[in-house]
Amino acid sequence: MKRKIVSLLAIATMTATMFAGCGGSDTASTDSAAPAEGGEATETTEETVAELPEDTGKVFNIYCWNEEFKSRLTDHYADYTEVDATHGKIGDVDVVWNITPSTDNAYQNNLDEALLAQESASADDKIDLFLVEADYALKYVDTDFAMPLSDLGITDADLADQYKYTQDIVTDSNGKLKGASWQACSAGFIYNREAAKEILGTDDPDEVQAAVADWDKYNETAKKVADAGYTMCSVNDTFRVYSNNVSGKWVQDDKVVIDKNIEKWIDDSKALVDAKAEDTDDLWGDDWAKGKTPAGKVFCYFGPAWFFNFCLDADQDGTIANQGGWGYCVGPQSYYWGGTWLCAATGTDNANLVKDIILTMTTDKAVLKEIAQKDADCVNSKTVLKELASDESGNLDLLGGQNPYPQLAEGAEKVDLSNISAYDQGCNEELQKAMKNYFLGKATKDEALDMFKKAVVEKYPNLTAE
Amino acid sequence: MNKKSKVVSYNKWGYIFLIPFVVIYLVFQMIPLVSTIYNSLFEYYRSGLTQIGPNFVGFENYATIITNGDLPTYFKNTMIMWVLGFVPQIVLSLLLGAWFTDPSLKLKCQTFFKTVIYLPNLIMASAFSMLFFTLFADSGPINSMLMQIGVFHEAYKFMSNVWSVRTLVATMNCLMWFGNTTILLMAGMMGIDPSLFEAAQVDGATATQIFYKITLPLLKPILIFVMITSLIGGLQMFDVPQILTNGSGDPMRSSMTLIMYLNKHLFSKNYGLAGALSVFMFIITGILSLIVFKFTGKEDKDGR
Repeated sequence: MKRKIVSLLAIATMTATMFAGCGGSDTASTDSAAPAEGGEATETTEETVAELPEDTGKVFNIYCWNEEFKSRLTDHYADYTEVDATHGKIGDVDVVWNITPSTDNAYQNNLDEALLAQESASADDKIDLFLVEADYALKYVDTDFAMPLSDLGITDADLADQYKYTQDIVTDSNGKLKGASWQACSAGFIYNREAAKEILGTDDPDEVQAAVADWDKYNETAKKVADAGYTMCSVNDTFRVYSNNVSGKWVQDDKVVIDKNIEKWIDDSKALVDAKAEDTDDLWGDDWAKGKTPAGKVFCYFGPAWFFNFCLDADQDGTIANQGGWGYCVGPQSYYWGGTWLCAATGTDNANLVKDIILTMTTDKAVLKEIAQKDADCVNSKTVLKELASDESGNLDLLGGQNPYPQLAEGAEKVDLSNISAYDQGCNEELQKAMKNYFLGKATKDEALDMFKKAVVEKYPNLTAE
Repeated sequence: MNKKSKVVSYNKWGYIFLIPFVVIYLVFQMIPLVSTIYNSLFEYYRSGLTQIGPNFVGFENYATIITNGDLPTYFKNTMIMWVLGFVPQIVLSLLLGAWFTDPSLKLKCQTFFKTVIYLPNLIMASAFSMLFFTLFADSGPINSMLMQIGVFHEAYKFMSNVWSVRTLVATMNCLMWFGNTTILLMAGMMGIDPSLFEAAQVDGATATQIFYKITLPLLKPILIFVMITSLIGGLQMFDVPQILTNGSGDPMRSSMTLIMYLNKHLFSKNYGLAGALSVFMFIITGILSLIVFKFTGKEDKDGR
């Protein structure tokens, strides 16, 4: 009997250790991760163009989460030739794409480990260029792992044509600019023209805009849409519109603060879900995507320019986009969504190439215009957007020939990013997840808010949420 | 003298053959176990790219876990889903095992069926879970079928109701593991001396009587083994509910298991709190295994 207990304990120990075994082991990286804090103020940032050491790297490592930048580089960077799905060549430098999907934070986990090991990595494994999204840009930008663009010899004059908000996102707490984007992702209201004609009697962007000009009108229209047997969109579609127009940051003095506009999202959405005018589908899921075809009976999506060519499946037969059935207007409030920023990794051994890629892809007007026309991206150049808005070259087939650039350019000027924080991604995600329970009647508002707070503190143990 | 040294050298080989196991056990099990317990005593996590700690905090992590009251909830969720899956699984397996081993039934294509029932276990749990997620989505095939035959007027939100999510998880676990259990039980049943069955038949026992009075009692050691391994596996339930609910344990975390909760702490690489949680789970697993063992192992001496 005794022997059995012992052997049983041994089995239990062995099995238990299987899941208990994830601890320890990276104490080595403890100190290297301190955020940039002052100290470098003596360094002159402008005027002197930095002397870059000659490129010695044979391998150029790019970290990103999908194929988007790869296809932009393939199409618009003249020296780049594709070798296979994850390799390319620029001159005699091998380009290696390290693509990790963003799902479940996998991209950031992977990038974190690679950046923390950057110093000790062999020359061929060092990251040269990495991409970040606005939601978590500050997490990387506000550290020494991202190089200031001024150290690459990129001057303010080079970047003068870019929208200011795109630079605010990647400016660290010392005021140094550490990244650049080719996109200006002001976003708006993408509506189904057929449905608009049926319900509002018109599909003209100005008149549809009048019907959704503020949240009260939007809610009224949503009820009409529901009566006609359509759903407006998902509550998760409208979330960003509200969350971009908050009056304070998510986290203030290490405390989670729920803004008034977020409260408004919760209350408005609950009313609309109860009236069956909005649903609660998660973004990107099959249920959410059904509105891309006429049979899905969805009135609108909220999205920026990349949404047009990336999410509406225009090249598939039978989609609304394929038939040119979408329209675009500004919607209840201006906001932005996403965008991809290029950051130079500290320790790169191909600084000149990094500089050239950043300059070509984010400031070269000819390239940017090409991107706008070929890929329907709303590019980060005031001049190019003005040109596109003023003539017919900006007309998009999937919008039934409408030119969305006047609205997009106007939106990009209006975007205000004074209220972003490094915690935005986690807070936004957890709030949406928790509130879904309230919208579906599985919990009271307070219970759902408590669950949100619990989840945020799990993600960021340094915060409090009471 | 000569003879004695020969004995010693044989012993030596015994130890040499044990080395691979001992080394692997030490590296992959013992060291992580000890370091988990060690880490659980520290404040030790990452905020963004900044490492916080390790700072020694004693038993603060344990206190946090006990006071926030989450552990019992997630333990309850885990056990509910395990029982929901295990009961049908063991019934199904006993039935199939009895049929397969009963010589009087003369089942044809036995190998084929044994392979087929084992197959679900070969699919990755996450792929299986993805499949169910798509099947039971609001606009998925199950819903459109149910709506067409008129069971529901509008899509039933399987993923937003406590018991439908739990039942789906239990069903998947049951489907994935009943083949494995059947094979184990069959091995046990075939190990029973056939003369006992013959004797019972001669004495006029019915098939039901034979099953309850001979097969089941003699199967006890195997049943205990199945029960304990399944219990430990059940406590570690993770991939199926994680993928099915997209990590949220919706609705309101009613399908969140202990390991999913543990996984929440790994977002911030919170080794301290996660370590403390692991130690709690280690203790729970130990206690439960002992209970099962004590409870079912009473008459073991007579059985063998």
